[in-house]
Amino acid sequence: MKKRKLICIVCPRGCEIDVTMSDHGEITGIEGNSCKRGETYARAECTHPVRILTTTVRCEDGRLLPVRSSCGIPKERLFDCMEELRSVTAAAGAMIGDTVVRNILGTGADIVVSGNAGA
Amino acid sequence: MRRFECRLVIVGGGPAGMSAAVAAYEAGERDILILEREHTLGGILTQCIHNGFGLHRFGEELTGPEYAYRYEKSVKELGIKYYTDCTVTGISSDRTVSAVSAEEGMFKIQAGAVIVATGCRERPRGALNIPGTRPSGVYTAGTAQKFVNIKGYMPGKEIVILGSGDIGLIMARRMTLEGATVRAVLEIMPYSSGLARNIEQCLNDYGIPLYLSHTVSEIHGKERIEGVSVVRVDENRRPVPGGEMYIPCDTLLLSCGLIPENELASGGLAMCDVTTGGCIVDQDRESSAEGIFFCGNVLHVHDLVDYVSEEAAIAGRAAAAFARGDKRGDVNISVHFDKNIRYCVPQKITSLKDTDIYFRVKDVHRGATVCVNVGGRVVSEQKKIRLAPGEMETVHITERMLAENTGDITVSVIPSGV
Ligand code: SF4
Repeated sequence: MKKRKLICIVCPRGCEIDVTMSDHGEITGIEGNSCKRGETYARAECTHPVRILTTTVRCEDGRLLPVRSSCGIPKERLFDCMEELRSVTAAAGAMIGDTVVRNILGTGADIVVSGNAGA
Repeated sequence: MRRFECRLVIVGGGPAGMSAAVAAYEAGERDILILEREHTLGGILTQCIHNGFGLHRFGEELTGPEYAYRYEKSVKELGIKYYTDCTVTGISSDRTVSAVSAEEGMFKIQAGAVIVATGCRERPRGALNIPGTRPSGVYTAGTAQKFVNIKGYMPGKEIVILGSGDIGLIMARRMTLEGATVRAVLEIMPYSSGLARNIEQCLNDYGIPLYLSHTVSEIHGKERIEGVSVVRVDENRRPVPGGEMYIPCDTLLLSCGLIPENELASGGLAMCDVTTGGCIVDQDRESSAEGIFFCGNVLHVHDLVDYVSEEAAIAGRAAAAFARGDKRGDVNISVHFDKNIRYCVPQKITSLKDTDIYFRVKDVHRGATVCVNVGGRVVSEQKKIRLAPGEMETVHITERMLAENTGDITVSVIPSGV
């Protein structure tokens, strides 16, 4: 049996979650989460952790636009996605909600404009 | 100089100002004007491009700009007027607001009611007394955030962060993703002031070390910072031998707390609370200056923007009622607190109605009881699993508690086992 301590990052409360796993890596117990989302997080974290990526991309019209991934990206692919986004330019006039990259590096996540400001 | 009248003037177009405006509009006020210093609405949220906002308020996790956009959209759809690039230089007790904008120079507005929602700023280096030279490369975390997220350039490559406030943690991750190396985050206290989730997802995810009970004892470098000397400190924050380190770096970011940007009031307009750094207000967030309200981080620094919006809505509704000339409460109840509590907001109650009192404790407590007492009688007791200085708590006061008891309110934290 293995034990893992996690801190849930789903909401600001930051619950400490204890996960017990069998020797084959099967999850046998999840404790300490205050809500269902914590359990989902703990499962993902112990099998394949993902993170929302937030960064900026240049726009053809010169603005620097904030962007986010539409869903979690596997943790080990975050730097690859950052690299990919360095060579991406958003179309002139891109606005909040517009997709800049579809299914980035096959991760299943879209990169979406998250704000209109920018210098 | 132009002079005009407006029923409700709101100073600041960030999350507090916009939420107050929308709430005032919903309460029936139509003559509203927001004055914003920057070029766009949104306040500090426009540079907080990370996610983590709005779970409480909107039930989903948004980035800073997305959160701001929801309010900005409402402001625009409702046709609420706003001026950007406009700085308020003074407010007088008769509610004359003096402002200056690039477009029309100086002007004055005679307001029916005023809401001040100017937010907070970071504690600068000058207030921290770090010995050493004065090279370039020392910034507050928020300044670095503006460089990276708004201007698009990196302040440096080898980073040390002093203070483990949330902005510092967020910037540790942001700079790492952009290719910088964050060598260490140093925290003088034995615990971090940032959220546990940010320690996890901003430091642990990237293997960035957090040194608790450590601080910078000297800054090195002539033109540009070259490194910092680090010491370990005891519980009285005095250096102890044996914990010295030298960390080379080209950038030092400071994330050592936020202070309300309360200059409009601290010049004598309204009475201030020395602990919060903001004004003393009643349940409606009205200050000692009649018809002048304060809300959001200018009043006291909040943990979450969601709570800022919530508080600002209270001020917005109340300011609309004031501008309309509604009948006002006539009680005068003070809110006191015991030695385990750092501050309470509001500090007084002037009207008998349901009210939440926000408070912050001084130290971490486990299993403590939060007790509320009105006029010497205990009206509520609540056991708390954990209380921490970084987490704002609330107690709910009902109209009935106030109607059935006469006298002041006292909030106390009774540690377990006492
Ligand atoms: S378990 Fe639920 S309440 Fe606890 S941090 Fe996760 S999402 Fe928040």
